Formats: sequence, structure tokens, C-alpha cells
Amino acid sequence: MLLTIRSLTKTFPGTKALDDVDFDLEAGEVHALLGENGAGKSTLIKCLTGAFARDAGEIVLNGRQVSPRSTSEAQELGIGTVYQEVNLLPNLTVAQNLTFGREPTRFGLVDGRAQRRLAEEMLEGYGLDIDVTRDLSAYSVAVRQIIAIARAVALSGKVLILDEPTASLDAREVETLFDVVRGLRERGLGIVFVSHFLDQVFALTDRVTVLRNGRKVTTERTADLDRVRLIEHMLGHALEDEVVGHAKVHKSVTRPELLRFETFGRRGHIEPFDLTVGKGEVIGLAGLLGSGRTESAELMFGVERAQTGAARDADGPIDLGSPRAAIAAGFGFAPEERKEDGIIAELSIRENIVLALQARSGWARPIPRAEQLRLANDYIQRLDIRTSGPEKAIGDLSGGNQQKVVLARWLAMNPRFLILDEPTRGIDVGAHAEILRLIQQVTRDGMSILVISSELDELIAVSDRVIVVRDRRHVAELTGAEIDTDAIVRAIAAPGREEVA
Amino acid sequence: MNPRLYPLAATIAIFLLAWGICVAQFPYMLSTRVVGNLLTDNAYLGIVAVGMTLVILSGGIDLSVGSVIAFSGVFIAVMLRDTGMHPLPVFVLLLLITTAFGAAMGWLIYALAMPPFIVTLAGMFLMRGVAYMLTIDSVPINHGFYDMLGKAYWLMPGKGRLTLIGVAMLAVVAVGMLVAHRTRFGAAVFALGGGEATARLMGVRLGATYVRIYAFSGLMAGLAGIVFSIYTRSGYPLATVGTELTAIAAVVIGGTLLTGGSGYVFGTLIGVLTMGLIQTYIVFDGTLSSWWTKIIIGLLLLAFILLQKGLVRFSGAGRPA
Repeated sequence: MLLTIRSLTKTFPGTKALDDVDFDLEAGEVHALLGENGAGKSTLIKCLTGAFARDAGEIVLNGRQVSPRSTSEAQELGIGTVYQEVNLLPNLTVAQNLTFGREPTRFGLVDGRAQRRLAEEMLEGYGLDIDVTRDLSAYSVAVRQIIAIARAVALSGKVLILDEPTASLDAREVETLFDVVRGLRERGLGIVFVSHFLDQVFALTDRVTVLRNGRKVTTERTADLDRVRLIEHMLGHALEDEVVGHAKVHKSVTRPELLRFETFGRRGHIEPFDLTVGKGEVIGLAGLLGSGRTESAELMFGVERAQTGAARDADGPIDLGSPRAAIAAGFGFAPEERKEDGIIAELSIRENIVLALQARSGWARPIPRAEQLRLANDYIQRLDIRTSGPEKAIGDLSGGNQQKVVLARWLAMNPRFLILDEPTRGIDVGAHAEILRLIQQVTRDGMSILVISSELDELIAVSDRVIVVRDRRHVAELTGAEIDTDAIVRAIAAPGREEVA
Repeated sequence: MNPRLYPLAATIAIFLLAWGICVAQFPYMLSTRVVGNLLTDNAYLGIVAVGMTLVILSGGIDLSVGSVIAFSGVFIAVMLRDTGMHPLPVFVLLLLITTAFGAAMGWLIYALAMPPFIVTLAGMFLMRGVAYMLTIDSVPINHGFYDMLGKAYWLMPGKGRLTLIGVAMLAVVAVGMLVAHRTRFGAAVFALGGGEATARLMGVRLGATYVRIYAFSGLMAGLAGIVFSIYTRSGYPLATVGTELTAIAAVVIGGTLLTGGSGYVFGTLIGVLTMGLIQTYIVFDGTLSSWWTKIIIGLLLLAFILLQKGLVRFSGAGRPA
């Protein structure tokens, strides 16, 4: 075994990113590492490449225990990484990029001719015919990707980690890249392949390891797997005990219509879709990463402007041209990247809660501090936010409590339609169940909610209706008793593009 | 031609064109006397601009250099007046101080993750203040060694004087070219300018690189201060106000991308000479106000920024497979 990982554990405040994960890699193997966002893929890779220090567990490379502390140390040990985008410097020449950090020198000066020769040697066997003295920016992303691989292999030479290497390549380029990867497999490298394109996983890899919520779900030979089972592994099947208690009784109720989206779409984001939202209804949006879930939400909230179609309610058309317009129309959106888009870590809980409310009423009319405090204390109590007080900086709270503050901010606005993108991402199981309970509570008061989640159980537990998204298209709609894991997984996995369940 | 050479080619073309215009109007501008004076008068600017080029290539900025030059002049003048030391050890001491000062700024920029603009702005006020603390007057330098340095020149054919400080500037440019384009340190500077995150992934030691970049700029500013003191024979705390901005202008007119990662030290030399040429033209003309220098430099800067913007867009869009 080339690389063995045992019981790897990594904890961040409020969440366990990796929990007792095992992983192994043979020489001459391409091993896919799969999982939705937040499953722990990137944390695992960062522990391998030295970007993170692990809390527990061991990494054994060639029979020797290793703990790389930096990318360059990992490289010296033999672990090289190629990322999707930030790999090489487009403002340097190909030769400079390839030889960076080990330029041949004479009398302390870089020897340009030797550098060029070395670069050409490094590129031998990759089927590239390029001028290494040109700037890297002169070449396509696919060529750059291969150059990055050549550099990583030359520097490390044992383990090669490819992190979403094909995300910005077209089909022909992907094939070229795969030929290169297969060539490296022949040469005996161990290759870890991270991708969310399942076709590519089946086309290229020998084994698959699936992570979910920081735990390893399974490792299997790719040949023994089928699509449906793989997706089941990725999205999870077994219900969490905490959620079961609140699982919804799925019966079709007729609700008064609140909103209607008609042929709403934008090229490159999501194909035009129709969607009606009932008052007090919870709609779930299911699909794999990159299928068009978040894109749908961003369109509905005006983050991206829709090119076709319109939204209307009982009073006529609604303007959704910008988030501001959407808020004015009574919409709310809690985005997926809470840390980047959702909270302002330095501000207090109180300030984070009143933020959107204040923005709506205008800065010229400040909300009285007593009113702010009342709101903050009210939500801290109602949502059971664990804090020493409303003035604590939100960055000091755990992930689950941060998420509750984000929810509180939108609830304080009292929107009629609230979009939650992965509301339970990266928070512990207890807080998880509380947030689901909260969703059900507010819909009872008449708010309509759209929930995006990779956790099928969660969707099933809270949704009155589930829309399945695949390949940037709304492909299926499940209501009432139809909502179960099997139906959703089948709709996601269906290879055809046309049929609608 | 490699697209990265376009700005440099444009710089050289503009310089030759400007000189052509000058010579057409005043044939005497072709003489070695004018060339000699161009080098002498702009020696300190050329030296400090070499340091600035490296800083800008790394994606940073160094606003402290004008103050450092003034400090250097005052430091030398006061030391020579009050201690009776020979200028050479004073030079060594001065270069140690300015280099350490630059290194400290580089370390702060790295360790505190502060924008270079802020850190070097603080450095600018600090050095100007220290210069004032040493003296508030213009202190003349009277030393036999200085007389010798000031008079050292090689008489070129045509009676042009190639002065010691002019040669020093050319030598510094040559060293700067080697450092920027032919050393691992230079490659790291370009890497930083191309993107800090990527540079780190490629194994650049960020801390050491930042310290060395700003230390280099501090060293160059100290050298420029020595040259300036030889040129003016005095130290004055109010001297070279705004020189950092002139140096930045020279670097940009020299074809270096203000956002970092692309450019040539040689271009900076041409940029400095272009600016000097405009000034010489105005002196020759005699009727133009010297403010025209600033106006033309302003227009040139604008033209170069537009050129760079266009190039970035061009090279980003037209990418062959």
C-alpha cells in the first residue's frame, strides 16, 4: 500500500470536519474521493498536503508515518497536488513555472538555457508540443492543467492529488487529461481524483471512497458500483434519529397560492422553470452539487437577473432584478457560504440580527437601541441561541448558533418567502434538529420556505414538495407520499434528460 | 513578439519618438552633453526607481522612498559636520539603516498582513520626521572626498560629461536587471505579483520575500540619497518631497504593470530618461512653463495605464489553445 490513512480526525469550532476517516491508496491506482460540499473532501486533502494539521489519526506513506506541515514539505515527501484553478502563475513563462523553486543556476544566476532544457525534459511523455519560453497565459486551461500535473509529478512523484481538475475543461480536453492520468497510473503513481462529475469517476477511476458529513461511508471498486448506489452513498439513506421525530406526515393539502414563477431562467445558470409556491408551504430542492440548486435560488432572489420569464403574485408581477428589489418584495435568502456571505463575524449578535431590517428601513431612520435589544433577546430565546448575551461577536459562536442568528435576521424581516441554502451545513446534529423544527414552526404561521439541501433525509423531513434538479434543469417534482429517498435518488440518477417523474 | 514585451516596446518607441521630435527642433539635443546631463540629473531618480520597480513587480508600493532620500542627505550632512568621520563609513552606516528600515516595513507588511500602502505611508512620515529631528536647516557638505566624487567624470567625445553618479545609476540598473530577471529571488518577486496564494502553493517563502523586496527598495533609496547628496552637496529635510510618486510614474511609463507580475527593469530606465527628456525639452524651449513637464507626464501615465488595460483584456480574450 502506497498511502494509508487511519482514523483521521479534524475538528473545527462547532463542527467535526473529519471523524475517524480511513483511506488508502495503492501505487498504480486512480482512487476517486467523492462527497457533497462539506463532506470533508477538502479537509482530507488539506491534511494530506500540509495545509491543515490533523487532530488525531495517522498518515503512512511508503511504510513511514508522515505529518507534512506545509505544501512544500508534502511535496518533498512525495505528495503533489493540482487544484482546479490556482496552480501556476500565468505571468511567468512555462519554463519558469515548471522549474520554479529549483531553477538551474550558474554563479548564482538562473541559467536560462538549462532552465529551458529542464522544462522540456519535464514535459516529455505528456504529448504536449509547446514553446516553454512563452508565457503560461498564452496556453489554454487544459494545457496549463497538464503543465501543473507535470510539475507536481516531477516534484513529488509518488502521490498525485487532482482536486476538481476538469471543472473548466471541455469534453475533448477532459479526454486529453485522462490520457495523461492513465499514463501516470501506468508509471505507478497513486492518484487521488476528486470530482463531482460522476461520468468521469466511472470512466477513469479504479476505486471510489465516499465521504459524508466528515465520515467515510464506503470504499468500493468502481466496477462493482452503479450510479444509483453511488448517489445513495453520497446523499445518505438512513434517517438520523433526531430527525425522525419531526418527519412530516406527507399528505397533499391544497394551499392558497402565494407566488408563481413562470419560465424563469437564465442561460448558463438554470433552464427556464415553472414553480408555484403555496402559502405556508415548504419546498425542497434536491440535486447534486453543481446541478443548479443554488443557481435557482440566486435567480429567485435577484442575485443573478433572470433572462426569461417573470414572477407574479396575487397583485401582479414582482420585480426581482436585484436582491434589494427581492427584499422589498418580501423575499429572504440565507446563502450557503455562511461565513463568507451570511454573517459579519466582528459584529455582535444584535447587530447581525438587525442588519437587514435596518437596511430596509434606511440608514436615516435608525432602529432604537432598545428595540434592537428587544428583538435580539427575543430571538435568542425563541431560537435557543447559546450565548452569554446579545453583544457577543457572532464569530465566537459555534456554527449552529451562527446559523440561527442568520435565520433570526431573516425572521425579523418577516418575509413571505424565505430561501435557505444548506441551512444545516457544518453544524452539529442537535442544532440540526432544532433548525428543522424552526422551519416547521414558522411555516405554520404562514411563511413559505424553499430549502436547498444535500441531506435527503432533511428534505424529506421538512418538505411538502420536492423539486429535483439535474444538469441545470428542474427534472422532477415529488409531492405527498411520493417523497422518499428512493424516488429522489432515482430522479437524480436518471441518465436521460427528458422524462419527468 | 511575445505579448509581455508590448509595453516595453511601446516605452522604447515613445522615447525614441520623443527624442526624434526634440532633435528635429533642437539638433543640439543629439549631443553627448545632453546625454551626459540627462544621466547625471536623473541619477538619483533612476536608482530609486529600480527599487520601486521590484516593489511594484511584487504587487506592492513603497511610498517611503522620497523621505528616505531626504533623510539620507541630512544624515550624511550632519554626520560629516558633527563627527568628522570619513564619508565612506558614513555611507555604509546609512545603507545599513535604510536597508534595515525597508526590511522592517517588509516584515510588518507580511506579519500583520497590512497593505504596503499603509505601512510605507507610515514609513514616509516617520523618515521625514526623523530628518527634521536631525536638523531643520539645509546643511552644506564640505569635504574633500565629496569634491572628488562630484568632479569625477569621463569626458565623452563631443565634450559630454559622463559623471560618476550617472555611471552609478547605469550600474544599479544593470544589477537590478540581473536581480529581477535572472535570480530565484526575482522569480519569487514576479510570483508574488502574479498572485500571493499561488506563489505560496509554488513554494515561495512569503515572509523572506517580502522582507527582501522592501529591504532592497530601502537600500536603493539609501543609494539614491547618497547620489542626491553628491548632486546637491547638501542635506535638506524638505528635499525630494513627492519623489516616490515620480518614481512610480517612471516605473509605469517604463511599462511595468502597476498591479504587479509583469515588467522590466530596463523599461524603468527608459521611463526615467523619457521624463528627463521632457524636462530638457522645456529647458531648451525656454518659453514653456515647467509645469508642462507635469502635464505631459500625466498624459503619458494615462496613456500607459490605458495601454496596459487594453493589453490585459487582449491577452485574456485572445488565447490560442
